[in-house]
Amino acid sequence: MTPIIEINGLTKTYASGFQALKGVDLTIREGEIFALLGPNGAGKTTLISIVCALVRASGGHVSVAGHDIVRDYRAARALIGLVPQELTNDMFETVWATVSLSRGLFGKPPNDVLLERILRDLSLWDKRHDKIMALSGGMKRRVLIAKALAHEPRVLFLDEPTAGVDVSLRRDMWAMVRRLRDDGVTIILTTHYIEEAEEMADRVGVINHGEIVLVEDTASLMRKLGSRQLSVHLAQPLAALPPALAGLPLTLVDEGHTLSYTFDAQDEQSGVVPLLRALENAGIEYRDLHSSQSSLEDIFVGLVEAKA
Amino acid sequence: MNTYAIRAIYRFEMARMWRTLMQSIASPVISTSLYFVVFGAAIGSRMMEIDGVSYGAFIIPGLIMLMLLNESISNASFGIYMPRFTGTIYEVLSAPVSPLEIVVGYVGAAATKSVILGVLILATARLFVDYQVMYPVWMLGFLLLTAVTFSLFGFIIGIWADGFEKLQIIPMMIVTPLTFLGGSFYSISMLPPVWQTITLFNPVVYLISGFRWSFYGTADVHIAVSVGMTLLFLLACLGIIAWMFRTGYRLKP
Repeated sequence: MTPIIEINGLTKTYASGFQALKGVDLTIREGEIFALLGPNGAGKTTLISIVCALVRASGGHVSVAGHDIVRDYRAARALIGLVPQELTNDMFETVWATVSLSRGLFGKPPNDVLLERILRDLSLWDKRHDKIMALSGGMKRRVLIAKALAHEPRVLFLDEPTAGVDVSLRRDMWAMVRRLRDDGVTIILTTHYIEEAEEMADRVGVINHGEIVLVEDTASLMRKLGSRQLSVHLAQPLAALPPALAGLPLTLVDEGHTLSYTFDAQDEQSGVVPLLRALENAGIEYRDLHSSQSSLEDIFVGLVEAKA
Repeated sequence: MNTYAIRAIYRFEMARMWRTLMQSIASPVISTSLYFVVFGAAIGSRMMEIDGVSYGAFIIPGLIMLMLLNESISNASFGIYMPRFTGTIYEVLSAPVSPLEIVVGYVGAAATKSVILGVLILATARLFVDYQVMYPVWMLGFLLLTAVTFSLFGFIIGIWADGFEKLQIIPMMIVTPLTFLGGSFYSISMLPPVWQTITLFNPVVYLISGFRWSFYGTADVHIAVSVGMTLLFLLACLGIIAWMFRTGYRLKP
């Protein structure tokens, strides 16, 4: 797939001396849903803010569809829509006025038909003449989404879109994100909710202390998630894997005291039974068995803690 | 040139003005009317003519300038400070607009509003005193130039301010005194010589003097000096704004 956003060696040190990004390299593919995970203060928002021109980079380059965000800022910015984390609205304006402003700001001629469709999709049409301050929190967030979509962006950034959002809005939002992806819009979202990343994203990136520590297809992460691990604590340490066990997904760890066996919990063919049978046939005695399942959350916590 | 963006910002800002029409227009019109009643009608009748102009008529240009400066600064500073305060500025910063387009949109709207008010006050003054405008084109030119220059100045304050108090402090502590001491209510030739010299360091003197010249053909300083000084101040404001956008000053960390 062709890259839509390319980030190279991006660094950011704030005036306070805080180093928010320490050389981030990241490529976002056109048309994908990319979830950026990370604990608070990891640099998620700083990263998004630099791409969206809200924060100035200290070093490195970002390009959007081949347009450098500094040199060729008009072309780059015109492609991007941003839904910020905070509910930042013009309280005294009507929904319609603020969405119209958004479209104009991004250099697009007025298009009432399009704005009507966006507002209807987000269940805001009936509220179009209401002042934003009269809307509920969920509705205000919908307004922010409508603003971001008003200029038909090719890349949509959602910064913590479901933080403090009720179940129905969350469901609507995901339906909308899928619809946008079907239209070819690339979506980058940050989230704390790992289930959300699992459910929605094509790829997941983990950022911690200003560094990208992992970027992987959600599908292959899910394979890891679906896999179980069985640790076989041996009575006698082994120097090497005996040939009788060669065909199995085994590794010898803990100086030969433990056999680590990874298998797919859903697959009837692999599983615990074939291993135990093979061990018995090979005459290998064991003291204890311990099985565990890794979740994305474990992977995530492991990554984050390893770097801490 | 992103003309759609300029238009969008301008319309959005003007809509804010129409919505707050009453306080936008009523309060400056009422306060200047009070000045006319007190200084023009009540006290003015006991004052001597200045340069052959009745006192009531003499203070009109100064009063309009006083209001024009205050309104330009407060409109423009509020216009850019509010989105910074609420956070909605994120959208303007992330949009494909140049600093110049942002400034044209915000400052254009603020200046438009001040000019409308200036004309309204001029019309209101007619109810209290009789005056003539000798050079109407120059008068409108000065009105426009001052409105734009001080809207730019207000824009700077709106970016500089990090609280509502700071938004008020410059107009209150600096602009109002400079306007009062800049010859709104007197000709600077009425001052002792030392103060006349000191007064020449006050930029507002040039505005008022030039503006009054367009009314009555008499001025404290030469009209060319007035225009030159105003343009100089305009360029200085543009320079500061350009620097603010280049460095991201209080806009982009």
